[in-house]
Order: sequence, then structure tokens, then C-alpha cells
Amino acid sequence: MPIRQMHFLLLLSRQGKLRLQKWFTPVTEREKKKVTREMTLMVLARPPHSCNFLLWRDLKIVYKRYASLYFCCGLEDQDNELLTLEVLQRYVELLDKYFGNVCELDIIFNFEKAYFILDEFLVGGELLETSKTAVGIAMEEAETLQETMEEYMSKPTY
Amino acid sequence: MSPSVRLQEMIRVIRGARTQGEERGVIQRECAAIRAQFRQADNGTRSHNLAKLLYVHMLGYPAHFGQMECVRLIASPRYNEKRVGYLGAMMLLDEKQDASLLITNSIKNDLSHSSQYVQSLALCTLGCMGSAEMCRDLAPEIDRLLRASNSYIKKKAALCAVHIVRKVPELGELFTPASRSLLSEKNHGVLHGAVVLITELCERNPETLEQFRKAVPELVQIMKGLVMSGYSPEHNVAGISDPFLQVRILRLLRILGRNNETASDAVNDLLAQVATNTDSSKTAGSAVLYETVLTVMDIKSESGLRVLAVNILGRFLLNNDRNIRYISMTSLQKIVQTDHNAVQRHRGTIVDCLKDQDASVKRRALELSLALVSAVNIRSLMKELLLFLSSCPPELRAHTTSGIFNAAERYAPSQRWHIDTILHVLTTAGGDVRDETVPNLIQLITTATELHCYTVHKLYRALIADISVQSLVQVACWCIGEYGDLLLRGECEETEPVQVAEDDVLDALETVLQSHMSSPATRGFALTATMKLSTRITHNVDRIRSIVSIYGSCIDVELQQRAVEYNALFKKYDHMRAAVLERMPVIDKSSPGHTNGESAGGSIKEMEPTKRTQEVVLPQEPANQVCDLLDLLGGSGEPPQPSPALSTTALGPVSSTAGGDLLDLLGGLDVTPVPPSVIVYEKNGVTLKLQTDRQTDTGMTITLTATNSTDREITSLTLQAAVPKSVQLQMKAPSGDVIPAHGLGQVTQTVLLNNPNKVSLKMRVRVCYTSQDFVCQDTVQIDSFPSPAW
Repeated sequence: MPIRQMHFLLLLSRQGKLRLQKWFTPVTEREKKKVTREMTLMVLARPPHSCNFLLWRDLKIVYKRYASLYFCCGLEDQDNELLTLEVLQRYVELLDKYFGNVCELDIIFNFEKAYFILDEFLVGGELLETSKTAVGIAMEEAETLQETMEEYMSKPTY
Repeated sequence: MSPSVRLQEMIRVIRGARTQGEERGVIQRECAAIRAQFRQADNGTRSHNLAKLLYVHMLGYPAHFGQMECVRLIASPRYNEKRVGYLGAMMLLDEKQDASLLITNSIKNDLSHSSQYVQSLALCTLGCMGSAEMCRDLAPEIDRLLRASNSYIKKKAALCAVHIVRKVPELGELFTPASRSLLSEKNHGVLHGAVVLITELCERNPETLEQFRKAVPELVQIMKGLVMSGYSPEHNVAGISDPFLQVRILRLLRILGRNNETASDAVNDLLAQVATNTDSSKTAGSAVLYETVLTVMDIKSESGLRVLAVNILGRFLLNNDRNIRYISMTSLQKIVQTDHNAVQRHRGTIVDCLKDQDASVKRRALELSLALVSAVNIRSLMKELLLFLSSCPPELRAHTTSGIFNAAERYAPSQRWHIDTILHVLTTAGGDVRDETVPNLIQLITTATELHCYTVHKLYRALIADISVQSLVQVACWCIGEYGDLLLRGECEETEPVQVAEDDVLDALETVLQSHMSSPATRGFALTATMKLSTRITHNVDRIRSIVSIYGSCIDVELQQRAVEYNALFKKYDHMRAAVLERMPVIDKSSPGHTNGESAGGSIKEMEPTKRTQEVVLPQEPANQVCDLLDLLGGSGEPPQPSPALSTTALGPVSSTAGGDLLDLLGGLDVTPVPPSVIVYEKNGVTLKLQTDRQTDTGMTITLTATNSTDREITSLTLQAAVPKSVQLQMKAPSGDVIPAHGLGQVTQTVLLNNPNKVSLKMRVRVCYTSQDFVCQDTVQIDSFPSPAW
């Protein structure tokens, strides 16, 4: 029975640095590095205005460039590539809303936040939330919870 | 001070490093500090240290010492520590690590935590990296959460359940009741999760599928609601209300409607509605339409609906957006067999896409064009394909040539057209054709008896223009050798005849023989052709005699052998020469090689060396393609497959008539089926044997055979060899690079060694292969070779 899902989501910089990696299937560290390398070579070499879909091994690769970052997904053959483009678009919009005009540096210096947002958006390679606002709200509330804790932790003992 | 600054400070320092070495230094220091901190008692900075480690990990540095810290942090009562701990678990632990089991208990506890954000962390982690055991353990918890919790948790529980079902399919039954009731939720996130879960359950279990067919009307209602609803700011994407949910529902309906009339009927109206009401000017709308089309084509829909679907795809083909054109062609490819006529209507646009700049679009267009070739459109479509071939990207050339050949073979309107087409391909892309093209073309040419004159003229012209394309040159040489008399006659109906003298033709062949560009196989063709001409020309036989005798001392062993035997044909067996080299009969394609030898019966006349040439040209032996007199008399470097049997059969008739002497020429040979071989390498179940086929004073031919006794096949096998400086090494193409398991097959490779200085022969062989996902590489030294078979 083919497992229809996203296998991975990678964010690559123009210089080929990895900015975020999410793997939805169990993969060894070595294999991860190999896949990342190959994705970097393939995707960064694409000329502008190319088709956003590639075939690689037995997966479909959907990628989209946003400013200096390439968002790159590996999908099973059965998936709807056009919809995946929309998924990537939505993730970028969520990041943008959270960080305010997000740029690569935001994702570098606040990578944990980028992951937290991703985890409110995709789970196990499937879309978790389709509402534009719900993810942002969840992040805010989680942050409040966190701050409360930190405040408490850093409160002077006297 | 906000502790996050420490993390950001470290990131800044790392980024400030000017060299790789400097970066490594900084990271080593940081890691050492982090390690030290991990060992200390809790001091409120643990989560930040782990976060630092995760950053370092993303840069590619090892971070396994953080695994236990993740486990500890997950167990912490503080939310911020749990958060980073779970993140770390998802990044550093996967189900293959033992440490992942240790978090099962924490997850279990957190699933019932009072804060939904803690629950959510546990659900997310389980849904991303839960192992089968963990899933089995925690499935009842997930089921509970599916039923009684708020929407925020329910949607996460749903996707977690999806993961569980993927890992442990039997647990699907557990989630079926809960998932059914989730369909009545209003929250889109929950609904989406429910649809995904139900899809997963239905795909794995036919009974569940039956059950959920009853839910079709409900799904149709939900879908209708989405399509017809007004603007919803929360879910609107380019005018489409929640395209993500729409697509998933359509996919589920597809699965439910497949092979089922009732379900398909219930869905027909909806699909028509979606198809007509969805605005496809942006990607979101196109995505929904695309899924609709896929659904229509997959279920038992009305023919009108199918036509509508194909038309949508046709419209997509004209879209400016490359992605949409690409998608359209992918879908058309899927239905080209079943709805051939409908797709044919769009052939023009598809063929235009061959000219697109984008490689992915080109590839799709090529596949589809090849699928659309028919007897009716073969001429016009082939023109387009040949045009495409002249400018197509290199990675597509091989595929294009083989596609063209297949199409030509099936639908050629005439033999002349067929030959012309193949010649055109060889001239344009002869380097990218498959190896059996040469024998196939030769066979085709022999059958087109009225066109022999035309063909040889065309090929001669091609040959004098350019001798770099090996496949073309080989066919040209063969033709000239066979039909040279027609060429020299100077008259031709079908085309402008050339006025050539015998010397011109021999010049052309000699150029091929002497050129650096010619491969050994090509040179073999040229030599044989030259020899054949000796019975077709009248004045220059002496020239041929001298060419043949010169090559009697050629360094290339095969060429040498040929020349020596042709020489013998001139000297000792001149009375047989005319018969041996006479025109070949039409090669019957349906008997690919095993009959010709046997049907020879007792007559030497039928055992023409050139005929033998055709028998032994097998796809498995690209480099050794053209064998000759050599193999007729059972010579060295025998191709691995059927030929040993062939050569003995062919041998038979020779000896029964005048051939006894021929045998003596090669000093009496015994073709033993199993020559002695030596095992030179044995490891990981892979065995490499060496056998010497033939040995002379100045060289030898050996065959390396690799077998595999493991359970799984060995792939990517390559053999490399090195020899002492004065020895020349020639490795023929291996028979393959995959060794079947359990010793059920083997890979062989012939190696020719030429040792003119008669030094002591040693050889080093490097064996490289992939076994059970490990790449192995070993080198063996061979100091002594077994004695040859004969």
C-alpha cells in the first residue's frame, strides 16, 4: 500500500546552506545529508521561471523560491503538486505574519520559532490547519504560556 | 536578560567565522560548554543549551550527545523546557534510536496534561516520529482524544492517528468509529484531519471502505457548502474557500467512488458543479480543478463528464503557467490509453510544448507525443519528433531515439520511410542510440530488397561526410561490404547515384579502419566489409589483400584474428572465398540467432562468416557486438550467453565437409563448457572468479565472473583493473551491474591483456558494489593466472 505523504521539507539558502529540515519518514543522518546535498544541487541549478516540479528517484519534488530561500518538498507520486505549491505559499505567509516581513535572517536567528510554526501547520507530512489565523493564535498563546514560565523562573527570589 | 540572546549570540559568532576551520573551532568550544552544562544540575539554561545544540546540528555537526538531554527536558514540568525537548526529539531522535523509547512514558503523561499546549507537543511528536511500538502503546489514548476534547486537540489527534495507522495498519479498526463522527465537526482543521484519516483507513481496509461509502452524501454536502459558500476570510485563497479541504474531500470521494456505480453516481453532479464553478485563474483554483479531473477519470463517471475533464486538461495546456501545463500533460499521460481519441484532439498543443524552454515540460511533452503516435499521424508527428531530437537536451536524447525507433517500427508507412527515419536519427543523435539499433537496422535493410541500391548510396554519402558516429559508420560499412557492387555500378532509381571508383570505396573503408575515432567494433565492421568487397570488385583485389595482411599484425587482438583468418581465406582457401563472402539472404527477425547455425546442415556455403556475425549480435554484449570468423571457429573472449552452444553447432558443419583443415588452422580446439577458474575474491557473499580463456606469448584474454550468495541482490557492481606499465589492458563492457541473489545469476566481464614485452603478468582488481545499502570496495591482487581452457 503506497504511503501517500510528504517525505521531507527543506529550506535551502541561495548559497546552499540548510536553514530548516523536517523529515517525515525515519531516515539515517547519513541519508539525510545525502538527500540534502542532492536537493541543493538540483534545485539551485534550476533556471528562473522554470517549472516548479521535478522528478527525483521515485519522488516528486516541488520547490519554490522566496527571496533568498528555496522551499523544497519531496512527495509521493500520488500527491497534487499544485496544492503543495499552495501549502508552501501558506507556510511562507504564516512566517511572514509572525515575524513581520520575514526574511532569511529571521529564520536563521529564530529557527526554533520557524519549527514551532511548522509544527502547528503540518504534522506527519499532512496539513494540520487550513485556517490562516489559527496558527498565529496558537503561537501567541503558547508564547504567553512560555513567557509566564520564564518570568516566573527569572523572578528574583527576594 | 532574555536567555534567547545567548542562543542568538552564538549564532552571530558562528556566522562571523571567516573560514570553515574557524567555524569548526567556535562550534567545538560551544559544544564543549554545552556538554558541561548538560552534566550540571538544573540551572534554568538547559533549554537554551539544547536549542544551541540543535542549531549546530542543522549546520551538519554531530549532536548525538544531546539525545538524552532531550529525554530529560521532555520530562521536565516546565513548558519551555518541554517545548525545546520535544523539538530536539523530533530532530535528533528517530524511531531507529533506542533513546526514542524512553520518551514514550513522558508522551503518555503529557497526552493527558491539563494544558492543551503540552498535549499538543506530545501529539505532534508522536505523529512525526512515533515508532510502531510507541504507536501500539499509545493508540487508545489517541482514540480517547479523538472523541472528547476541543477542536485544537482533535485535529492533532486525527493526524496522529493517521501516523499510527501508517505504522501499524491493524490499529485502523480502533479509529474507525471515532473518525466517522468527526465528519460532523464544523472546524475546518478537524474536518481536514478527519478526511485524511478516513482516506488512510479506506485505502488500507476494503471493509472500512465499504462502510464509509455510506458517508458519501455527507461528504458531498460538505463539499457543496465549500464551493457555494460566500467569502470566508479565514479560509479564502484566491477566491476559493479552503482549497486544501476541497482537494482532500475530492480525493476521498475518488477512493470511495472507484469501481462503484452508486457512489460514482452520487458524486457526478458535484463534480460537474465544481468543474464549472471553480475559478482557475490562480494556482489554488487550478489545484482543485486538477483534483476534480483526477477524480472524474478515476471513478465511473458519465461520458459527458469525462469529456469535460479532458477539455479542462486541454485548457490547462494553453495556460501561461508552466506548472499547469506540466500537470496537464502528466494527467493526459495517465488517460492516453483509455481516452486516446480525446487526448488526440490536443495533439497540436502537446507537440508545441516540445518547444518549451523548460526541461520538465519538454520531458512530459515527449512522453505524451510518443504515446500519441498512430498510423494516421506518423508522418507529421515524426517530423516534429525529429525536429525535437536535433535540439533536445542531452538527458532526453536516449529516450527520444528509442521512442522514435519504436514508433517507426510500429507505424512505418513504407520501408523507405523507415530506413530514412532511422538514418536521420543516427546522423543527428547516433551516439545516444541503444546498441541493438545497429543489428536491427541491418536486418531491416536486408528485408528491403528493392532498396538495397538506395540504401547503400545514402550510407556511402553519410560515411564520406562524417565518420564519428559509430553506429552509423558500422551500418554504413556493413552495407558497403554487402552491396558495394550496387554502389559501383553507378546507377540508382531512387536517388542520385554516385560515380565512384573502387579505390574511392576502399579509401572510405580504410579511413574508418585507421581513424582514432573508430571503436574496435567499428574497425571490425570495416575490415570485414573490405574483405567482402574482394568478391564484388574486379580491379583492386590486391589492395584488399595487402590491407588484410597488414592488419594481421594489428595490436587489437580481435582485428588481428580477423585479418589472419581473412588472410587464410586468400591463401589457403581461396577456392572457397567467393562462396563464403557471397550476398547474405534476408535475415529473418523472428529467429534471433539460434537457427542459422543449425540450419546450415552440411553445406559450408551457408556458414558465411557475416551471417554468423548477425547471430552473435546480442543486446547483452555491446562492445563485443560483431563477432566473426573468430567465433565461428570458437575463438577467445566468448560472449557469455548462448554463443558457446552456437559456436559448437556452427563448428559441426564445418568439420563435416571441407572444414577439417580450418580447425587445424587454430591448432585444434576443444571448447570445454567449464574452463578452470580461480576464485580471486570472496567476501560479503560476493565471489569473483577468474578464468583464462586464451593465452598467447604476448597476451591473454580472461573472464571475470561475479556471483552472489546472499539473500538480496547486489547492485552497482563495477570492476576496475590495473596492470604493470608495459601491459595494455582492455576491459570489455560487463554483462550487467546487478548480481541476482542466491547465486541465481552472475555478471561477467571480459578483459584483454596485451603483454608485448612479455613481463610477468600481474593484475590488481578493484571491486565496488552495493550490498544491502552498504557500498563496499575492495582491491585484490592477482599474481598468477590459471592456465587457459585450451
